[in-house]
Amino acid sequence: MAGTAVLGRLTWQVADVIEVASETPRVKTIVFDAPNWTGHRAGQHVDIRLTAEDGYRAERSYSIASAPDGTRIELTVERLDDGEVSPYLTEELRPGDQIELRGPVGGYFVWEPSRNAPVLLVGGGSGVVPLMAMIRARAAAGADIDMRLLFSSRSWEDVIYRDELGHLEGSGLRVIHTLTRSQPPSWTGYARRVDGAMLADIAPSPSAKPRVYVCGPTPFVEAVATALVRIGHDAGAIRTERFGPTGG
Amino acid sequence: MDALMLDGNAVAGMLQQVFAIEMTTALGTCRECGATDVMGATRVFRGAGIVMRCGRCNYPLVTIGKGDESVWIGFPGLRTLEVRLGDAETAMRAE
Amino acid sequence: MPIISRGFRGRRTEGDSARVPPGQYLTPDFPVLSAGPTPHTPLERWDFQITGEIDEPRRWTWEDFRALPSEGVTVDIHCVTKWSKLDTIWRGVSVDTLLDGIETSAEYVVEYSDGGYTTNLPLEDVTGGKAWVVFEYDGEPLEPEHGGPARMLVPHLYFWKSAKWVRALRLLATDEPGFWEVNGYHNYGDPWREQRYWGD
Repeated sequence: MAGTAVLGRLTWQVADVIEVASETPRVKTIVFDAPNWTGHRAGQHVDIRLTAEDGYRAERSYSIASAPDGTRIELTVERLDDGEVSPYLTEELRPGDQIELRGPVGGYFVWEPSRNAPVLLVGGGSGVVPLMAMIRARAAAGADIDMRLLFSSRSWEDVIYRDELGHLEGSGLRVIHTLTRSQPPSWTGYARRVDGAMLADIAPSPSAKPRVYVCGPTPFVEAVATALVRIGHDAGAIRTERFGPTGG
Repeated sequence: MDALMLDGNAVAGMLQQVFAIEMTTALGTCRECGATDVMGATRVFRGAGIVMRCGRCNYPLVTIGKGDESVWIGFPGLRTLEVRLGDAETAMRAE
Repeated sequence: MPIISRGFRGRRTEGDSARVPPGQYLTPDFPVLSAGPTPHTPLERWDFQITGEIDEPRRWTWEDFRALPSEGVTVDIHCVTKWSKLDTIWRGVSVDTLLDGIETSAEYVVEYSDGGYTTNLPLEDVTGGKAWVVFEYDGEPLEPEHGGPARMLVPHLYFWKSAKWVRALRLLATDEPGFWEVNGYHNYGDPWREQRYWGD
């Protein structure tokens, strides 16, 4: 069994699809069971490999959405209109199918409940996925560390994990939404792109030495990281994960 | 700034498979400008192969070509790599 | 043994398989692949040079370059990352035009790009109607992300031999491997012999 555990982290392994569920009109969560899974930390990702009948292959990376939970892994995938893999994962894949994955990967963009520093999470669209793993890990550990999520979405209908975030708020977790394209009629929250003024309102003071995690499309991450440094945050305490095309 | 730019953690899986260590927290020193930073903070580009560039001066630190049989890894700009033994053991230990 | 992903096809198109080199797949898109950030050299500062083993270096400003005779070419292109694209339409200046009248004993060429990228080839692989410096793709000015204002087009080799943002050709007596060639990629790069990496 010891040999199997090491192999599981370094090579491709087969996982079974257990469930596919809708989060928003364009976003689905896929639940896998990976028998050789050795566990993961919040913020890590998996590489997925698909092989067509003629041998054609495509690889992509997806952040793990779930807190550690034995051999069970959840991925949350946004369907990109011109995507090659995301339409397959969100529209074709069904319970009973198998895929190959490799992981968990990435020690750089991780958060563990044992850490005491306040945490600022800034997510753009599907960039919230690894941040949600951190929020879920914090809840599962019963931690009350100061954690704030600033979450940018196009509209209220596009907010991934909307209801769950509402339920988890409290006990030191704050969720602040900004809706950039359209807002519901009685909306009193932020209605613009994340900027320095918004971050200055939301973020813990730089003197509290928070850990900051920013995830989303590359332009979003760049703008947010730059703004954070401008309002006094230490660049070394900001960890970024940029979602670009990750095809291999 | 390019929309294609990614972080070093985008190639972490493949490098971990090859080197059997956690690469994204390893500290790389740039041959060109001397900057030292975690490999996870490099700027990753995808061309004919993958290029991991120094976050400070943009010099190419590591190149990766993925063949069917082999992975070709070049180190044009990586002067040194520091891997903390704790990280290596984390990647290799049996649980 | 890899498992087959039920129902997965990928975004590939059918095509004339005689035109697709071994190991390649046809794509309808034009993937943007770059070894580094996109440079943005203003046209007022852009120039193109021929240097190296020649009596006198040559230099064209953008105006000079655009005043040269150009031609439309339709070619198939093949990327080492396995995608091929048929019937791509370009407009550019033939390298034969740029080298016209130059006497040289050089046998090799290195392409130099903004941003530091280089790639090398035998001189005979960019002459005799085999190579262009192109400035239009599909009837429109070449976009920066695809190598604009001008890039090399050497369609008979893998596309990493067609440097984006090209600024100079240097003629040499001896071969000088470029960016990818130094780091494991094949020195010549013939897609029909699948010359992707060292040892192929």
